[in-house]
Amino acid sequence: MSHDPAEMSEDDERPPPADRGRVEYASPHADQVLENVLENVLVFLTCRRDRSSVSLVCKSWCRAEALTRSELFIGNCYAVSPARATERFERVRSVALKGKPRFADFSLLPPDWGAHFAPWASAMAGAYPGLEKVYLKRMSVTDEDLAVLARSFPQFKELALVCCEGFGTSGLAVVASHCRQLRVLDLIESEVTDDEVDWISCFPDGETSLESLIFDCVECTINFNALERLVARSSSLKKLRLNRYVSIVQLYRLMIRAPQLTHLGTGSFSPSEIVQQGDQEPDYASAFAACRSLVCLSGFREIIPDYLPAIYPVCANLTSLNFSYANINAEQLRSVISRCHKLQIFWVLDSICDEGLQAVAATCKDLRELRVFPIDAAENNEGPVSDVGFLAIAEGCRKLQSILYFCQQMTNAAVIAMSNNCQDLVVFRLCIIPRYRADRITEEPMDEGFGAIVKNCKKLTRLAVSGLLTDRAFSYIGQYGKLVQTLSVAFNGDSDMGLKYVLEGCSSLQKLEIRDSPFGDSALLSGLHHYYNMRFLWMSSCRVTRRGCREIAQQMPGLVVEVFSWNNDAQDRGEENDTVETLYMYRSLARRVDAPKYVEIL
Amino acid sequence: MLGGSSLNLKETELCLGLPGGGVGEGETLKVTGKRGFSETVDLKLNLQSDEAAMDLKDKMKSSSKDNCIKDAVKPPAKAQVVGWPPVRSFRKNIMAQKNNQAEETTEKAGGGSAAFVKVSMDGAPYLRKVDLKMYKSYQELSDALAKMFSSFTMGNYGTQGMIDFMNESKLMDLLNSSEYVPSYEDKDGDWMLVGDVPWE
Repeated sequence: MSHDPAEMSEDDERPPPADRGRVEYASPHADQVLENVLENVLVFLTCRRDRSSVSLVCKSWCRAEALTRSELFIGNCYAVSPARATERFERVRSVALKGKPRFADFSLLPPDWGAHFAPWASAMAGAYPGLEKVYLKRMSVTDEDLAVLARSFPQFKELALVCCEGFGTSGLAVVASHCRQLRVLDLIESEVTDDEVDWISCFPDGETSLESLIFDCVECTINFNALERLVARSSSLKKLRLNRYVSIVQLYRLMIRAPQLTHLGTGSFSPSEIVQQGDQEPDYASAFAACRSLVCLSGFREIIPDYLPAIYPVCANLTSLNFSYANINAEQLRSVISRCHKLQIFWVLDSICDEGLQAVAATCKDLRELRVFPIDAAENNEGPVSDVGFLAIAEGCRKLQSILYFCQQMTNAAVIAMSNNCQDLVVFRLCIIPRYRADRITEEPMDEGFGAIVKNCKKLTRLAVSGLLTDRAFSYIGQYGKLVQTLSVAFNGDSDMGLKYVLEGCSSLQKLEIRDSPFGDSALLSGLHHYYNMRFLWMSSCRVTRRGCREIAQQMPGLVVEVFSWNNDAQDRGEENDTVETLYMYRSLARRVDAPKYVEIL
Repeated sequence: MLGGSSLNLKETELCLGLPGGGVGEGETLKVTGKRGFSETVDLKLNLQSDEAAMDLKDKMKSSSKDNCIKDAVKPPAKAQVVGWPPVRSFRKNIMAQKNNQAEETTEKAGGGSAAFVKVSMDGAPYLRKVDLKMYKSYQELSDALAKMFSSFTMGNYGTQGMIDFMNESKLMDLLNSSEYVPSYEDKDGDWMLVGDVPWE
């Protein structure tokens, strides 16, 4: 899904029927012709931003655009009510909805906060009988919601649930059994309850239209024999990502039935039983060799590195490799990565160490996206990866566009080097795990490094900072980060000036998430000119007070200003001068009606 | 080459010695998954994975050079900060699960390591080593031990003083007779009769 921030524009009121009649009476056919022509042309317009622009031209263009929009993207499910959305856009076939703010992933949002799919499901059930695709991210989805989807949309083809929760295998069973035209069932990093329902067996008999079946996040056993039969009768299947309950022997059986796969998640990548010496094991390498179209490999959830050589046959064609659950060392990685010349996307654990990253840098000259995750999330003096590996990547992978890097130590020099070498950087997310950590060598703040990134990487739209940062870093960001749309700040900055620099300078800012930084009301109020252009602002454990938040709410009626903490309820709101634990505010055409007790809407 | 020279000892599936199966580049790509754990423990049937890990740790500290995952010098314990570092709960849970699984007994399926124990027989000139995971019951173990020690058996059998060790059936009778009883030394250092504790 693209992350184009353009969304629904402020809605115009539709002219009442009487007006319309009068206009038509004056020149009935011209108006109609215009709209018909326009509609026929607009049907081809797919870019969200363009559509938004079109809808702002005039009322009839707005209407025409609304009638021809078939893909609806709502970046914040609370920005508009389901009724309003379905009223404006009548002929939608595909809906994408995003719910909770991203910091919910890190347990910073209390449970039951919201983002319920249910009201959307029921609104769409009535409005969009031809609905085919639903994409949900960070939404709360129940089994009943899935049943509504399955029952209400006879043409339903694609369901993707990313970082969602609230449903279980019984919901999946309903979707599998009722959606006869299902092509895509993608469950990605979602929490799925084990209702002990054999959902795999619920797919209808006979040939299926399945093209993508992703369930690597489902933490419960599945009926393997049913899965094997399902794969055997799904000749269009291209993407299959298994969960960790599928053993390597079972993987083999599936692979030989589906050599047409392009994307494979390998499951556990280890045997389920003790392998005795002299046991006959399948020829795993030949199974991989038979998958000539394989370009994306992931899984390896309980890898036994001895089996790694099985994937050698596909390495030369791989464009995407996800080892981020595989605890392997540099040597084990080297044997694989040295064959992956075409690799563009690489996710890995820091167990590979700086040496492993050097191996990546030596071979993967086409690398676009790198993510290095920590095995040990504790704050330490040393870690397996550092500025050394980072520098190697900077020097070897010049085409890098996106990086997410966790480490214990970093230097400004390494970051500056990347800013000079990797001019295509669009996403730069560096997480120095120990809070307030300075440059490893110079012991200075990391201001210059991040400053160089915003200054030199002219395409940068997403930035996450860390380490010891003064307000100077933020002045750089405000001065040079003119294209930055998403900014994440944590344990950084000295004073309100830091946030002011950002709010006054970053003219493209859409999403700003801040935690544990010393920014208060004065800074908050300096962004009034910009908040309607943003999707949201999140500030937790900062210095904004209830008074400051209320001021914003009063001055900007188009914003919903939510204030909450983990232990509050309606009776225990606190004084006006108290700092609030969490401020979450967003532009919206609707008021929330489903807020839990601990959320106060100012 | 020290493969897998990791001090993350909770992950006992990592090889210490040469990678099991000895799969190299030119060889057939068929892998056996067999692990050649060179580390052994004394015959203690009640295997504690922690103890095994502790033995391993001492050995590795002396033998490993540049470690991939350096022994982290932890600063004084800082307060646990919620949601920091920003690793998704999903991923954190998975990693925690992996650590837990590795901490379970080394006999866990897929955990990988063989369970070699030393076996000695009274009067035998040298000891043998046997992989407990190869056997599913005491009887199997007993038969295997008998075969292993068949070459050593001397003694009380017959007046000739010398046993015909090619005569297997007689051997088996001898070994299975009351002359020799399989026993083991448990973790407390006591000699125990084999068969009391269930095999698992």
